[in-house]
Amino acid sequence: MSAPAPPMHSPAARAMAERLGLTMGRANLEAYADTLLALAREDHRIMAVTSDSRGSGKLGPFGQALPTQIVEVGIAEQNLVGIAAGLAACGKKPFATSPACFVTARSLEQVKNDICYSDVPAVVVGISAGVSYGALGSTHHSLHDFAALRAIHNIAIVAPADNAETIAAVRLAAAAAHPVYLRFGKAAMHDLPPAIGGAPFAFGRARALREGTDAAILATGETVIHAVLASAALAEEGIRCRVVSMPTVRPLDGDAVLAAGRECGAVVVAEEHCVHGGLGEACATLLLTSRLSVPFTIAALPDADTVTGSQADIFRHYGLTMEGLAERVRGLLR
Amino acid sequence: MTRSPLSDRDLLRKSIEYRRDTLRAIVEAGAGHTGGSLSCIDILNVLYNRVLRITPENWSSAVRDRYVQSKGHSVEALYVVLADQGFYPRDQINTLCQYRSPYIGHPTRKVPGIEMNTGALGHGLPICVGMALAAQRDGHDARVFTLLGDGELAEGSNWEAAMAAAHHRLDNLTAIVDHNTLQITGATRDVCSNEPLDAKFAAFGWHVRQVNGHDLAALKAAFTDPGPPGVPVCVIADTIKGRGVSFMEGVLKWHHGVPSADEHARAEGEFSAALAAWESSR
Ligand SMILES: [Mg+2]
Repeated sequence: MSAPAPPMHSPAARAMAERLGLTMGRANLEAYADTLLALAREDHRIMAVTSDSRGSGKLGPFGQALPTQIVEVGIAEQNLVGIAAGLAACGKKPFATSPACFVTARSLEQVKNDICYSDVPAVVVGISAGVSYGALGSTHHSLHDFAALRAIHNIAIVAPADNAETIAAVRLAAAAAHPVYLRFGKAAMHDLPPAIGGAPFAFGRARALREGTDAAILATGETVIHAVLASAALAEEGIRCRVVSMPTVRPLDGDAVLAAGRECGAVVVAEEHCVHGGLGEACATLLLTSRLSVPFTIAALPDADTVTGSQADIFRHYGLTMEGLAERVRGLLR
Repeated sequence: MTRSPLSDRDLLRKSIEYRRDTLRAIVEAGAGHTGGSLSCIDILNVLYNRVLRITPENWSSAVRDRYVQSKGHSVEALYVVLADQGFYPRDQINTLCQYRSPYIGHPTRKVPGIEMNTGALGHGLPICVGMALAAQRDGHDARVFTLLGDGELAEGSNWEAAMAAAHHRLDNLTAIVDHNTLQITGATRDVCSNEPLDAKFAAFGWHVRQVNGHDLAALKAAFTDPGPPGVPVCVIADTIKGRGVSFMEGVLKWHHGVPSADEHARAEGEFSAALAAWESSR
């Protein structure tokens, strides 16, 4: 099933994606659910744990195919995460799946203590993350999750950008010996160009998608496609802008960040998150503590009341678009 | 390593020794949750010496029973009991709360025999629901126990888990409430009453037993008698905070009070007298 193309792009952005030959994939959430089902058919330790979220998590087919490998807990996120921790402590591989806004806030103490501190191999899956539920208001936005989890020891933070990154991330999470947080949106995503050099997906490894040294955009999750388009737009003006997909906010690929800081004339970090505490601040800290000075900015959501609308509307409002990111680069180079 | 079976009479002595050693550890460390540790000693004694299939020898077995101490602040009592079970030498507990000692003020998996890191309240029961589900889905007969404080039951996560346990028919799960009726601010019924506890758990679909939490035979019966099929068991153990030290029993300040040298000497005298009485009762 392919979701309709989201009204995320301007006509110019859509035309650019076509010129680059980028095809539209499915929602990362759907790629997650299919991958999890395929893995769970082979590995019966894998369990889906849901808080009345199997529909929004696209886990209906999983529940039908593997009824002994799904646990429903009702609308109770604290219990969701505690139960997942108990399952993981007893040899199961639970994927606790719930909207990111709830599972990283209401049950944050269970994530911190029961999963991270006890160090059990559970996977926390934040679905419809960022502003995927844009029109539903801040109750349903998760713009704090990177910040909250970065301040908690012992959990990988993974925000895949497209279906291929999602499939790889789910496979790695299923095999991980320690806690993992996966974060997905619900809109269909473009398939990204292949990583330069064909580097395999790995936690802690950035993936360079476009080369350049005039500037760099380091992006994570559903902003990466816009960074790719922005780089292509800048290329038409003669600005060569590197694009690096950073699917793991932690572990951070410090080498990729430092290389951008050393080799490029400016660095923009793009993320569907509050400007505080996310990938941008992680990169800024690393650059500064490494004594690297480079024109730098973070393209993210401000510390302000968040506008509402579709995810596309909100991305446009805050400049997380081809046009907006290109302008941030130009601004740093001016 | 095999241990000689304890007679019921020996079990009575264990409770006295566990209380004595718990208080010694707290005095040594200069910190601890004295009252709540003393109230749950008899529960731990019966669990580890009569009920739980948890030993250093079977610790790596996937089908061992599980015990999670949700009222993690009473860890001193658990440390003493686990040492007695052979998980580590007794003198390890002398490092309680010292710099970099794993024997900290709440349970952690760095200590042999401890299942999960606890200490924030309202976490043990959801974790145990997950553990009981794992055993249920795998079709083995491991039993899962958690020890809850009565004040702790104000945490809403307990009731999320209570609902889920009944819904999923987890008859391999037993929640024990250390019903000492006190918490740090005062009597639980005055702080924010959760009574009637028995009716609450029953309404959530649990089989409830209420017993004298210092009667070893009654505790054993409550922990080993299976309830109705498909129904989780709640044992409300009526206990006395500070049990076993006359001047601590039911006195709020001993929630985390540490006895002075004089007070400790008095308590040691009471333990010695109790052991002498046990000896002469032969
Ligand atoms: Mg109490």
